[in-house]
Amino acid sequence: MSDTNAPQTLFEKIWSRHRIMERPDGQVLLYIDTHLVQDGSAPAFEMLRRRGIAPRAPHRTFATPDHYVPTDSRDLNTIADAEKRRMAQALMQDSARAGIRFFGLDDPRQGILHVVGPEQGLSWPGTTIVCGDSHTSTHGAVGALAFGIGATEVSHVLATQTLWQRKPKTMRIVVDGRLKTGVSAKDVILSIIGKIGTAGAVGHVIEYAGPAVTSLTMEGRLTLCNMSIEAGARAGMIAPDDVTFEYLAGRPFAPAGRDWDEAVAYWRTLPTDPGARFDREVTLNADEIAPMVTWGTSPEDVVPITGRVPDPNAATDAERRDVIERTLSYMGLKPGIPMTDVPIDHVFIGSCTNGRIEDLRSAAAVVKGRKVAAGVEAWVVPGSGLVKAQAEAEGLDRIFKDAGFQWRHAGCSMCLGTNGDIVAPGKRCASTTNRNFVGRQGPGSRTHLLSPMMAAAAAVTGRLTDVRRLMEGAA
Amino acid sequence: MKPFEPLDSVAVPIMRANVDTDQILPARYLQKPRSDDFGAYLFRDLRFRKDGSEVPDFVLNQEPYRHGRILVAERNFGCGSSREHAVWALYDYGFRAVIAPSFGDIFHSNALKNGLLPIVLPDATVAALLKTISARPGSRVKVDLATQTVVAPDGTTHSFTIDPFAKHCLMHGLDELDYTLTEMQRIIEFERRYAGEVATGPRSDR
Repeated sequence: MSDTNAPQTLFEKIWSRHRIMERPDGQVLLYIDTHLVQDGSAPAFEMLRRRGIAPRAPHRTFATPDHYVPTDSRDLNTIADAEKRRMAQALMQDSARAGIRFFGLDDPRQGILHVVGPEQGLSWPGTTIVCGDSHTSTHGAVGALAFGIGATEVSHVLATQTLWQRKPKTMRIVVDGRLKTGVSAKDVILSIIGKIGTAGAVGHVIEYAGPAVTSLTMEGRLTLCNMSIEAGARAGMIAPDDVTFEYLAGRPFAPAGRDWDEAVAYWRTLPTDPGARFDREVTLNADEIAPMVTWGTSPEDVVPITGRVPDPNAATDAERRDVIERTLSYMGLKPGIPMTDVPIDHVFIGSCTNGRIEDLRSAAAVVKGRKVAAGVEAWVVPGSGLVKAQAEAEGLDRIFKDAGFQWRHAGCSMCLGTNGDIVAPGKRCASTTNRNFVGRQGPGSRTHLLSPMMAAAAAVTGRLTDVRRLMEGAA
Repeated sequence: MKPFEPLDSVAVPIMRANVDTDQILPARYLQKPRSDDFGAYLFRDLRFRKDGSEVPDFVLNQEPYRHGRILVAERNFGCGSSREHAVWALYDYGFRAVIAPSFGDIFHSNALKNGLLPIVLPDATVAALLKTISARPGSRVKVDLATQTVVAPDGTTHSFTIDPFAKHCLMHGLDELDYTLTEMQRIIEFERRYAGEVATGPRSDR
């Protein structure tokens, strides 16, 4: 047994509370508080059916379709591809059969699971949250241990409400200083990934801390934790505080009344104790972070918007030179040119990374009074039906539509194109999503990851643009 | 899951780091039923042109790599999306082991649950292995899970570590869920105790 008086990290507190037993090989059976299921879960339900096992805790399981849903209609029958249509329908049927709470396309609560979870108050501090989607790390923003799992693990959780895990290492990333105007949580996480690399946190759980993190709104925190997986970490988390509690208070599935008071009292015990040790510590200064944009096909291929496309000939070794050459060839970029010289064809504002109301507000503030540049196809896909409704209540939809944006329905959409919303081969997309992998937004698509403000700036100028220039009115 | 058998196979080099699961299995095949041969979709956009013809430069379109059962890759293989389909694609194609300096965490655990052995070897060892199998196509590598060893084409033997339980499951083709179900009493006891605690997460039945 460990010394219970020893200072503990937030992660350790959650881990030990959910520990059921340990196997001789050191793997721990963890209790799962909340299981979120999306419309890619049909194989997992099928595995369970084959074994004749019913979901063990349907009341702890919540479902909404996001990957396969159309964003130009709310009718599953408009999905032309029969297999894709079946995926979305299967979730509805599997949920109904098991008694799992389901938010369908006719329900304004439908949306991207990682937007819906926090929005509905399903994501609680101190809990374990899993989902068959790698961006489950998002929910760590409330101070939960939340991580993505594969289909076999989804079936294991459905069957037992538990999961075997080897205790990960811990990494604390402290962001000192203050974010400057035009710089957002997206730029912080892209800077972190640029610094530590996409494998930088493999095997670790990240805790984000420091003044630039605690001063973020809950939505900014969700963006930060969302891309932990792009830094290699299965989970990222932030200690719960008053920002967290104010965000959760009154949400439909959050505790209420006396339960709320008890919950908050418990949640206040969760932050990492002074003196607790992390396996690794990384520090950044927010004052030095500029709006960021990726140039390549990995999220670590990132530079400030004031930077340039790298020159392979400046690479330190032959192998690196080859990688940069191959990447620039795919991306259709000339070495050494300023990032602001890169023209774009598409703009996509949305996804579990940046599809929340504050994201849409920050983009709309840049778009207001401007027009989408000629030849650019610009989309806004709100993260949930409720985000969409809120934006419409605030008139943001009008700002986007008047500028020439398409205003669509909630879903994962062009982040990965499983529903058919894709970027055409060779076309270049300024995207608020999380992955710029080869072919991610469609075969041959070229993706530049950036913040909603930066995406808006690209939309109205037709090229990658330093949004700060538009803010000064210097465009 | 079928029991893992010792391998003696042509080894296939993938000379790039950060191979993500989108490249291993593009998202447009995610809705395919598991009964499909996912091997046909493996590295689809690297292996085939849009018209379905092979990309001759891609290693899996070259003899004798085509028939390899062991893949050797650079760091952070299988990063990105949690899609288990990436493992299914490698497995259905015929791969039974992937050797790399590091793996994406979720890919690593998905692989172990599907009869695909992820082997972590030191950077220098993998680099040397990649060099050999690229320079001499058809070089054979041996993998023995029982002794936890890889034998390189030059005859050098390299040990690797694996969780004993995962090894047991792979060796005997066992499913982790079967084991967990034998521990249900522990889970029930936990749930009973846990029910008395505060803030244990949202429930739809209250």
